[in-house]
Amino acid sequence: MAEPLPPQSAEPYDPNPPESELEARLPAKRMVLNLGPSHPAMHGTVRMKVELEGETIVRADPEIGFLHRGFQKSCENVTWTQCLPYTDRLNYVSALMNNFGFLSAVEKLIGIDIPERAKYIRVIGSELHRIADHLTCVGAIGLELGGFTAFLYGIEARELIIDRTTELTGARLTTSFGRVGGLDRDLPEGWTEKVLKTLDKIAILAGEVDALLTRNRIFVDRMKGTGVITAIDAMDFGFTGPCLRACGVNYDVRKAHPYWVYDQLNFDVPLGENGDNFDRYLMRIEEIKQSERMIRQAFQQIPEGPVIVGDWRIALPPKPEVYGTIEGAMAHFKLIMEGIQVPAGELYHSTEAANGELGWYLVSDGGGRPYKVHVRAPGFAILSGIERMVEGRMLADLIPTFDTINMIGGEVEQ
Amino acid sequence: MSKFAFDHTAERYPDVFELRYRDRVGDEWAVVNSAALPTVASHLKNDPHLEFRLFLSLDAVDRLLLPDNKPRYEVVYFLYSLKRNEAVRMKCRTDDPDPQLPSITAIFQGANWFERFVWDFYGIRFLGHPNLRRILMYEEFQGHPLRKDYPLRGRQPLVPERPIQDIFRGPGTNSML
Repeated sequence: MAEPLPPQSAEPYDPNPPESELEARLPAKRMVLNLGPSHPAMHGTVRMKVELEGETIVRADPEIGFLHRGFQKSCENVTWTQCLPYTDRLNYVSALMNNFGFLSAVEKLIGIDIPERAKYIRVIGSELHRIADHLTCVGAIGLELGGFTAFLYGIEARELIIDRTTELTGARLTTSFGRVGGLDRDLPEGWTEKVLKTLDKIAILAGEVDALLTRNRIFVDRMKGTGVITAIDAMDFGFTGPCLRACGVNYDVRKAHPYWVYDQLNFDVPLGENGDNFDRYLMRIEEIKQSERMIRQAFQQIPEGPVIVGDWRIALPPKPEVYGTIEGAMAHFKLIMEGIQVPAGELYHSTEAANGELGWYLVSDGGGRPYKVHVRAPGFAILSGIERMVEGRMLADLIPTFDTINMIGGEVEQ
Repeated sequence: MSKFAFDHTAERYPDVFELRYRDRVGDEWAVVNSAALPTVASHLKNDPHLEFRLFLSLDAVDRLLLPDNKPRYEVVYFLYSLKRNEAVRMKCRTDDPDPQLPSITAIFQGANWFERFVWDFYGIRFLGHPNLRRILMYEEFQGHPLRKDYPLRGRQPLVPERPIQDIFRGPGTNSML
């Protein structure tokens, strides 16, 4: 016969019983974790000093500067044209946009207008690289959240764009394309058809990425509601580009202050509403489609004509003139040795790069070299706001947040 | 561009602008009295007619080699208003020795890192900044590299590795506590 059960205790159940002497005491203290500088989930070389309480982030302090190369100091000591290769290295994923952004700031400071055909080619190049940048970003988000397949599709599409870039500029990533006053060369033969075919292929591949991720339960669970920032905070920190538009703020330099021929193209600016990682991801997926639309329109509208201004004080003379005439030889020599004589003055000019507003504050003292080249890198302002986006959240949320802000070491650390 | 914003500010706060001019490209600039900078910034941000809420950028210029180099440093500010669809460009001036300006980090949180950048590269101190450390260079670095009198190829000796407190070198090592 079973023994009768002991009488029930009159005390109610206590979910947190007082610690007994028999229980092992665990040291409960905040842990400081160093993520990076070389960590697979950190793009480029950035170190995050994260203070954790359990798995919750109490403080996150990004430490940057590992990729600092003295961009501004270097630019101040070379001619305006020689700055161009340095601008490639700012955002090495979409170098053409940096090249063209810098050149249009210099052109505005000189006060010249570039030929219509060059403007269209700049739009085409920029939008191609915007697609490449967004595909890399979206693919990397998938990769770091455990979906390797999406990354492969994204990179395959990006590689096609890099092939077209190689045909156009002669370089895969560090393009150094364009010159003050236009472009150094026209489109290669048969390039238009190749790009249009590439766009068809990219649409398929981007569709695959979209299908793999956008309705994927695991992906959505990790992206929705994480890394949230309000529109007020985002503007306060200086967010621009997809990260600002994901909060529902309608600011796109291409629409607000159209440069080149963006006012003649028909495109939409996608807007989010929650300001979380998922919205930032969706902005990029949608912008890929809009960029494709713009490139197709640009190819239909592009006029024939020269691609660089004919002023020999700004653009190099054609080679037969250099070798055949004394004026050509002199103009060439002076441009190479002394650089373009930009009149003294100052200017702030911005274009819309893949991650936001790429601003340039240039000061010229009237000589052939810049006196000051300030670059407002979109990633710099966005990275400074990451602490606000992750504090009080889980450590695991840091990874998708870091992905969707798409910090590029080259431009942040100059 | 942004003439209205400056007019509006000058109407409310006379004497905050030392100078107003239009640059060669046609953009309006204002040189702000450095003591009045926080007032101007918060007026531009909070006034319902202006709403310059989007912080764009901030940087400095060392005017040492320019013909007009007194005072020596100029800090430029760029803010953007979605309401008025324009950017405001203004600057503050400060001079050697001990160049300093009031911080606007309390008004625009985005200014935090940009002010650290200017401190790092130009040595301009921002009063009231919560965390004025170097941002891209390392703490042991001597001098401020974007000043015009810093040599282009200035080399500095390697610094010894900093000791790290409280480091956990893996299970089995007795260094956790």
